[in-house]
Amino acid sequence: MSWLVVGPIIVPLGAAVIGFAARGSDRTQRAVSLVAALGLAAIAAALLSAVWNNGIVVAQMGGWPAPFGITLVADHLSAAMVAVTALIGLATVIYAFGDIRRGEISYALHPLLHALLAGVCGAFLAGDIFNLYVWFEVMLIASFALLILGGKPSQLDGAVRYAALSLIATTLLLSGIGLLYGLTGTLNMADLHLRVQDVENQGLLTAVAIVFIFAFGLKAAVFPLFFWLPASYHTPRTAVSAVFSGLLTKVGVYALMRVFTLIFTQDVGYTHQILLWVAGLTMVTGVLGAASQNELRRILSFHIISQIGYMILGLALFTMFGLLGGIFYVIHHIVVKANLFFVAGAANRLGGSTELSSLGGFYRNTPLLAVLFFIPAFSLAGFPPLSGFWAKLLLIQAAIEKQEFVMAGVALVVGLLTVYSMTKIWLNAFWKARPEESGPPPPPLPATRKWLLLGPIAALATITLSIGLYVRPLYELAERAAAELMNPASYVEAVLGPDTSIERARHGAGLGGAAE
Amino acid sequence: MDSILAVLVGVLMAASVYLMLSRNFVRFVFGLTLLSHAANLLIFLSGGLTRGHTPLIAPGEVVPRSGIANAVPQALMLTAIVISFSVLAFALVLAFRTYQELETVDTDEMRAAEPAAFGGSGSGRPGVVG
Repeated sequence: MSWLVVGPIIVPLGAAVIGFAARGSDRTQRAVSLVAALGLAAIAAALLSAVWNNGIVVAQMGGWPAPFGITLVADHLSAAMVAVTALIGLATVIYAFGDIRRGEISYALHPLLHALLAGVCGAFLAGDIFNLYVWFEVMLIASFALLILGGKPSQLDGAVRYAALSLIATTLLLSGIGLLYGLTGTLNMADLHLRVQDVENQGLLTAVAIVFIFAFGLKAAVFPLFFWLPASYHTPRTAVSAVFSGLLTKVGVYALMRVFTLIFTQDVGYTHQILLWVAGLTMVTGVLGAASQNELRRILSFHIISQIGYMILGLALFTMFGLLGGIFYVIHHIVVKANLFFVAGAANRLGGSTELSSLGGFYRNTPLLAVLFFIPAFSLAGFPPLSGFWAKLLLIQAAIEKQEFVMAGVALVVGLLTVYSMTKIWLNAFWKARPEESGPPPPPLPATRKWLLLGPIAALATITLSIGLYVRPLYELAERAAAELMNPASYVEAVLGPDTSIERARHGAGLGGAAE
Repeated sequence: MDSILAVLVGVLMAASVYLMLSRNFVRFVFGLTLLSHAANLLIFLSGGLTRGHTPLIAPGEVVPRSGIANAVPQALMLTAIVISFSVLAFALVLAFRTYQELETVDTDEMRAAEPAAFGGSGSGRPGVVG
């Protein structure tokens, strides 16, 4: 059973190692990458079904019992996130086959992509807070390298901003972990849940909570810490920015959801109120930023920010229904947002630009791409019956239930402004005629490459559509995940075991750190 | 000892913030290095400083004696030092490559990724595929 939890980390990590070793042979590298992506998808599906059927799956590394050793935990939220990560990983690998020519930058692209996936899955599965930090770093280092692959000046410029702010965030996260360890004497998250209640200096604990909001919030790109995102996400290759847009910020959101339901719940009135304000401001600034942009990927980058606001709103409401909406939103958003970046890349391939002013005529020339853009774009904006409609509906309903009418209003208005941005893209890139001055479009792609680009887009669009039409399974998954987050007792019991003998053994040994 | 280290952490943090406020990216990298030193010392400090015994378990016993030095913060620090070292190496190479390509280390003058309207060279211009 425990192999299921370790698998999502080992498979991509192994693929990264083999891929680097085989960097001389493009063909081997691609084969390894595809096999590993399929393997990750299979393991993630098996893990999700195991969690769905039997509840939380826990693996203790090296057989060390829970608060002492390294624990990997897959509850419904983690398993769902790993599954959607595997889906995006597979789609990106296939898309990259079409987008990036043999011998171009692929010697490093596929191994780094898998290293990134390993970091993301590791962060989702980590059962202790220090390992969460370590997987964050794995993910970051892989993402730095992916961001500058190709070495164009704009990429280096973007990477300077991205790396600088990400590194501040992780160093502060490390400081926060150090302080938390000093207060509680443990790093295991389930153990932390029990021990934060005994901390005498609750004020200091709240201060540490703010450090965590800052560190994870920077990674999640919330207001006012989002500046690195629109400065860098449009610079790398499309396959890379798609996987970034889908997964990286969501790791920050996941980490916030985890620690602010499991650990920092003593002063909800203070911490979650801050999160509520952050959520509202993130939604508004993101969508206004998008309205002022005229380049496809920059518009989409700003929309990541505004959508992050919705997810944080779900957490900040801190009700079962709010978290349900938030989790539903995260999963829907990962699929939709990565897909929109794929579409932007395909538009660049077929139209020769990502600047709205020089695009046009896709509706006439490639109607299929127009349909495939329409589905994720208007799902993002929240049109029924697409997945985004249900996500927004759940969140706004939760906000009204909690009597946060202002936030419900903000969420509705931001949805409307999202329609404005999507309509702008639709009008300029798809409906209007291609402007004369942008010259003839690039030569058409060979059929195989075209389908390698459009295949993943079509598959993800189908998933968006089927979530929208048949909402029950994802709703139930999000409901179970939210129930687990709101009642951490089951998580704690799964990790630490039903008896407290471990607790006593530790007190006897006097290994509790400075708190004792 | 605790208070000396606490002050040291504060001084390192302050110095790193001062350096990171600079527009010079190389100074920023130095600031980041100081920040990671401060974080490491903070872990060391908050783990509790003891002049006790090494955390070894005597033969025939299952738990170590009380009064031992806590080994966990040291393990955390070692991991963090290795990570910050590799990240520092990356940041220095990034600074160097950026200087080569953009011929500046002033972050205000790096406009290559900005749209043309904001003084940048823009991106996704017609004909540029990639």
